[in-house]
Amino acid sequence: MNKSLKNITSQRLFLPIFCLALVLLVNLITRPDFFSIEIRDGVLYGFLIDIINRASELVILAVGMTLVVSASAGTDISVGAIMAVSAAVCCNILTGGERAATAYSNPLILGFIAALVVGAIIGCFNGFLVAKLEIQPMVATLIMFTAGRGIAQLITDGQITYVRVDSYKVLGSSFPGFPVPAPFIVSIIVVILTTLLLKKTALGMYIQAGGINKKASSLTGIKSVMIIFLAYAFCGLCSGLAGLIASSRIYSADANNIGLNMELDAILAVAIGGNSLGGGKFSIAGSVIGAYTIQALTTTLYAMHVSSDQIPVYKAIVVVIIVTLQSPGFARWRKSLTQKKDSNTAEKGAA
Amino acid sequence: MKRKVLSALLIAAMTMTAVGCGNKSADTAAPAETEAPAEAEAETTDDAAEAEADDTEAPAAAASGDLITVGYAQVGAESDWRTANTESFKSTFTEENGYKLIFDDAQQKQENQIKAIRSFIQQEVDYIVVAPVVETGWETVLEEAKEAGIPVILSDRMMDVSDDTLFEAWVGGNFVLEGETCGNWLADYLDAAGRGDEEINIVTIQGTIGASAQVGRTEGVDNILKEHSNWNMLEMQSGEFTQAKGQEVMESFLKSYDDIDVVICENDNEAFGAIDAIKAAGKTCGPDGDIIVVSFDSVKAAFESMIAGDLNATFECNPLHGPRVAEIIQKLEAGETVDKIQYVDEAYFDTSMDLESILAERLY
Repeated sequence: MNKSLKNITSQRLFLPIFCLALVLLVNLITRPDFFSIEIRDGVLYGFLIDIINRASELVILAVGMTLVVSASAGTDISVGAIMAVSAAVCCNILTGGERAATAYSNPLILGFIAALVVGAIIGCFNGFLVAKLEIQPMVATLIMFTAGRGIAQLITDGQITYVRVDSYKVLGSSFPGFPVPAPFIVSIIVVILTTLLLKKTALGMYIQAGGINKKASSLTGIKSVMIIFLAYAFCGLCSGLAGLIASSRIYSADANNIGLNMELDAILAVAIGGNSLGGGKFSIAGSVIGAYTIQALTTTLYAMHVSSDQIPVYKAIVVVIIVTLQSPGFARWRKSLTQKKDSNTAEKGAA
Repeated sequence: MKRKVLSALLIAAMTMTAVGCGNKSADTAAPAETEAPAEAEAETTDDAAEAEADDTEAPAAAASGDLITVGYAQVGAESDWRTANTESFKSTFTEENGYKLIFDDAQQKQENQIKAIRSFIQQEVDYIVVAPVVETGWETVLEEAKEAGIPVILSDRMMDVSDDTLFEAWVGGNFVLEGETCGNWLADYLDAAGRGDEEINIVTIQGTIGASAQVGRTEGVDNILKEHSNWNMLEMQSGEFTQAKGQEVMESFLKSYDDIDVVICENDNEAFGAIDAIKAAGKTCGPDGDIIVVSFDSVKAAFESMIAGDLNATFECNPLHGPRVAEIIQKLEAGETVDKIQYVDEAYFDTSMDLESILAERLY
């Protein structure tokens, strides 16, 4: 019995799942109706649905961020800005340069593809700076972090660009006749495709190898420069997709606010997921759980009627607890504690 | 002593730049010789801010061919509101009206605004108008303007400075009054609908906490709320002035409370998000719906939303500050004193009005 418990707790994903469960547990105590789910207007409705729906962009960003962190031992802080650029590009193409439109000037698919391509191009730019020129990741992506919103402002003339067409709202709400929120479906597809790509090919191993020891992996013949470049390009692509969803939710491109501060949440999601920000071994599933934990926390605080000015305080407290629980220092302390206990019982047995 | 040296250096620097400017554009800069003594004189009479302003204006105005030069350091162009504010200044301070406007777009950055103000001082404008990006950190640059004898007028947002003689006047919207107007409108609207004595459940989607618009509007609504014992404020939560957050907060409100009667959104964008959330929850809003939605700012999209029957009313935050600032400048030119705080006139719009024709004429 004790052994099986130990087996479970020593699982890699145990702590991230435990933290998510802990956040949800608070709701179970304070308001049991938190978990009720019903169908309204043919769409699932409830707090839990809000969590999986609202976390979608963060999940997609966290997937891209995980690969970047693993491959380059650095973070991409430009993801939020890339979201704004891709949303601006998409809306501007669809409205044909107008600030508001009630009909598409160009086909919807063209806008989507352009947004994803722009996201990937910016990702490639970041990748080039980090992989080829070996600039520190944070410094390299700081360029797009600063410039991205400016570019988005430039594209939209600094104003909110509205696309008031019903089919544009689908990606951010729900597919007609399908009860599950569309952003959730898209994010799950991204997670599954990425996992398949990493598991079915050797790419996952290459990324980890490069992150653990770049030199050693190069010596074994892995083109680590290319791997890092691809990781950033993929992260850019993910950001572009997240930008599309965020833009579809509000059927507009708000260059100032789309993806604002999302880069910090994405990095946090990776960390809460039990991944080392020092690169190397990674778990996509961990980061995804981390992303849901962050959104669960926000939705929980709303549901508990915590007033706006206090929310950051509670968030900070919970994050500190979660990060401490998973820190190596805490793990060592726990280990030494159990060892002491073991040796104590051993001594007693001997006596 | 140190101060003397500093001011001497400053005067030297200003003389240099004045000469530089004078060569390039004779119409904006005053001749260096007449300006420098005025500066020195201003330095000696530190306390009389008004007097020194008058001292320096005379030669400058004369030199620029009787045009009053005004430098406007604008925040940026982040919204329709801001664009309308800029247009208001550009259309008021024209050469036909006897002004020359030097416009600077700070792109939401304080350091750009400080640079702009310094360059206005170097160009020896007659008046500086600033719409500050943030409230704090202006003392140094305003001191410089004061030492150069250029009156500063604030537009839209307030500056938090220890010495309020550093600026002449502030022009902007009265957020508390906007909130009170909203509360009074709601009372009239409910009376007209025969719901004056009913229990009314209200939720508020607030702006970014601490922003002056959020603080003022919350206070104004609260003042009226106190007069109505049957009004019940269920919860207030910040939507950070964005559509996405407004939607998220409203989703949460709808799950927490079954019978929301009124949603007060502290800007229009939050209202658009709230309306989407209400519809997604299978409820209706607007004049013919279950939930009354009101918002602040009155941007164009809000009129479209009212015409579509989603939004009940919107309370204006008037961006047309130009004429009021011109009025202040004229008074200062005539040597009169002006009130420190000056509010612009603000209206409200609801679905009982002829919105189509208002929208057609609306600038923002």
